[in-house]
Amino acid sequence: MAKKLPSVDALMIGFGWTGAIMAQELTDAGLNVLALERGAWADTSREFATTFAQDELRYFWRHDLFQTTAHDTQTIRNDASQVALPMRKLGSYLPGTNVGGAGVHWNGQTWRFLPSDFVARSHNLQRYGAAAIPDTMTIQDWGVTYDDLEPYYDRFERLCGISGKAGNIGGQIQAGGNPFEGPRSREYPNPPMAMSYPPALFAEAATGLGLHPFPQPSANMSHAYVNPLGVRLEACTYCGFCEKFACGNYSKASAQTTILPVLMKKPNFRLRTECEVMRINLDASGKRAVSVTYVDASGEEFEQPADLIVLCSYILNNVRLLLLSGIGAPYDPQTGQGVIGKNYAYQITSSVNLFYDDKILNPFIGAGAHGMLVDEWNGDNFDHAGLGFIGGGFVGVVQTGARPIETHPVPEGTPNWGGAFKKAVAANYLKSMSIATHGAVMSHRGNYLDLDPTYRDVYGRPLLRMTFDYTDNEHRMSDYLTDRSVDIARAMKAREIRVNRRMGSWDVVPYQTTHNTGGAMMGVDPSTSAVNRYLQSWDVPNLFVMGSSAFPQNPGYNPTGTVAALAYASAAAITQRYLKAPGALA
Amino acid sequence: MDAPRLSRRRLLTAGAVITAVPVATAAAAAALGGSEVPFKEGQANAPTAVDKGTNWTWFTEAEAAFINAAVARLIPADELGPGAVEAGVPLFIDRQLAGPYGRGERWYMQGPWSPGLPTQGYQTRLTPAGLYRVGIKATDAAVVRESRGGSFARLAAADQDAFLQRMEKGDVALDGIDAKAFFAQLLQNTLEGFWSDPIYGGNRDMAGWKLIGFPGARYDNSEFVSQHGQKYPLPPVGLKGRVEWIRS
Repeated sequence: MAKKLPSVDALMIGFGWTGAIMAQELTDAGLNVLALERGAWADTSREFATTFAQDELRYFWRHDLFQTTAHDTQTIRNDASQVALPMRKLGSYLPGTNVGGAGVHWNGQTWRFLPSDFVARSHNLQRYGAAAIPDTMTIQDWGVTYDDLEPYYDRFERLCGISGKAGNIGGQIQAGGNPFEGPRSREYPNPPMAMSYPPALFAEAATGLGLHPFPQPSANMSHAYVNPLGVRLEACTYCGFCEKFACGNYSKASAQTTILPVLMKKPNFRLRTECEVMRINLDASGKRAVSVTYVDASGEEFEQPADLIVLCSYILNNVRLLLLSGIGAPYDPQTGQGVIGKNYAYQITSSVNLFYDDKILNPFIGAGAHGMLVDEWNGDNFDHAGLGFIGGGFVGVVQTGARPIETHPVPEGTPNWGGAFKKAVAANYLKSMSIATHGAVMSHRGNYLDLDPTYRDVYGRPLLRMTFDYTDNEHRMSDYLTDRSVDIARAMKAREIRVNRRMGSWDVVPYQTTHNTGGAMMGVDPSTSAVNRYLQSWDVPNLFVMGSSAFPQNPGYNPTGTVAALAYASAAAITQRYLKAPGALA
Repeated sequence: MDAPRLSRRRLLTAGAVITAVPVATAAAAAALGGSEVPFKEGQANAPTAVDKGTNWTWFTEAEAAFINAAVARLIPADELGPGAVEAGVPLFIDRQLAGPYGRGERWYMQGPWSPGLPTQGYQTRLTPAGLYRVGIKATDAAVVRESRGGSFARLAAADQDAFLQRMEKGDVALDGIDAKAFFAQLLQNTLEGFWSDPIYGGNRDMAGWKLIGFPGARYDNSEFVSQHGQKYPLPPVGLKGRVEWIRS
């Protein structure tokens, strides 16, 4: 029997980026806020100090900052004809755990989506006609526009001290920035990062080809920065342990380095760690969430009532908790009816290695979002007529730091081991680099999330089942991006190149990206979306669902900037409107 | 609930120092349903260095003979410098297999079991340590079966290379184990041992890092980021300092 606890005004399930943003906003509005985090407490000086944070084995290969699959994982299959099997060890994506979530080990690549991304269906229909969107491609408009979100993108960029160069301020194109981006209200709060040799070489070649290279928008600090909450971040030292690692130097924006120093001191905020929510409990009408049931570290069960519940965990757990709690209609791929689990999407990546004889590149110097990119082939920045796909992605050199177990590129034809391998790695490590592509994944009828019929987690609950594969649209698009990368690589005059295309079915083994999206998408119609434009559940109006689960499809950019902007927009709707008249927001 | 329960704290700290929870904090946590005062002063979650003594912790002598022979072929000593054996990779693998990694503590190891498709990843019920135990025995048995010597370790280097190439391609039948999966595991752990921080027992004298020019656990490259094309001037450091400080 669960022990019932005193009620709170607002309850956050999960305490990463969106939990911290929402808790900060709701405590400012005077609410009594409680956050429940299934992982442990984690702060910079204790968990990832500069004296031991640069440990490739421990953090990347032994997954010290990531979720433990023994506790909870997903079952995986490429299509419904296969039997889904559990992802027994992490591979393709790396969900975070503990306070700060995946926002602790993210790269810091902080994008705004294109204005056309938010109206992907209507925009593509208008420009290319109905034939451009096959019946099986279930893309939708978001129900929110770039202009709606601009102030909230701006808030997140100020919170984090994003380093970058604006390409479009109020409609005026700015030299040196991304000329394809939507209009922004002002310049980035921090200038771009210093560029190491590989991104500089890419930018030089891209400029020579008539492209418009620009610095990667980065949550790694080019200079020390004090954010609007009064929290100070320090200048990045380009140590190269950012992606898949935590920053010990207070140089990468995370909940820990931007919000928690202020939030944790507030008397109307409380955090309980190592408390995992089992389900959200509804009243008899099924239209109001009354509490959550959670289990603490000792295994004891509690019921925590709340007036307002905000689901802030990772997308995969958000969707699973909705399914386990019976909130919303589960998606049925046979009929196309239902919404929970629908439109799961991901990211598609590829790369081209370059090997030089005459250039020392020092590839270990880096940061998570330290690079030069071109956006000519992202979204609908180019004419897709006759190409056989929609969507796109960015292309460029992001020098995240070549930790050697993971990154030791060798030319085509080199064996994977033995004396020839050793010689090739020794000859090429300091003189190689790679161009990466980062592509969109559209949503498709057969790609979805539901509950697995067989496999269970440590509490005996069904695992989430992921049915996903790339379709022709993704492969054609990724090949197109890869071909453009080869064009640029040739212009960079390396001794040789090696092309790494994304071939065949999605494979859970090699790391790709932790950009899982969809399953509780936002929209304007309750029959085709799980949450409204404010991320409020259509079915249970005192429940809001944060995160990339709201994306109807996944554009060609990293998701965190948009996840945070949507959280700020949701918080504004709650504090300015919902609290005055709790109920469905029109 | 009747579901099987694992210790969450143990899982969360697997591979790291397991810290004791002060009694007062634990009691408070129980009353509230979770810890509300998460700050634990003075308990940096630093890594633990392995025991670098010469005794094997996991491997038997026969298994150690296989590992020494195999990793010497995967990364051989040559004119460029030490190979995997000289860099301590066998010790690294031994210590990894004896710990939480070898036991697969972080991995989902509940059934039912099915070989699955390559896109579904690791599906054997063997832990990494179990994979080595079964894999080495099966490899030596296959060598005997082919009448090419008493064990893999006793083959000539060229024959060892040929056998490893067949394992890599899955072109040899091993008892109770997929040769390709065992080879992939062995190669991955060898690269880990060659290039991870020396506190884990491999990369002795930072030989792996020196071979390629990786400066190790340095934390400030801001002076060098804009020095395009210049050779990085500093020697590698590890989490416990420089080579000349840590050699016994």
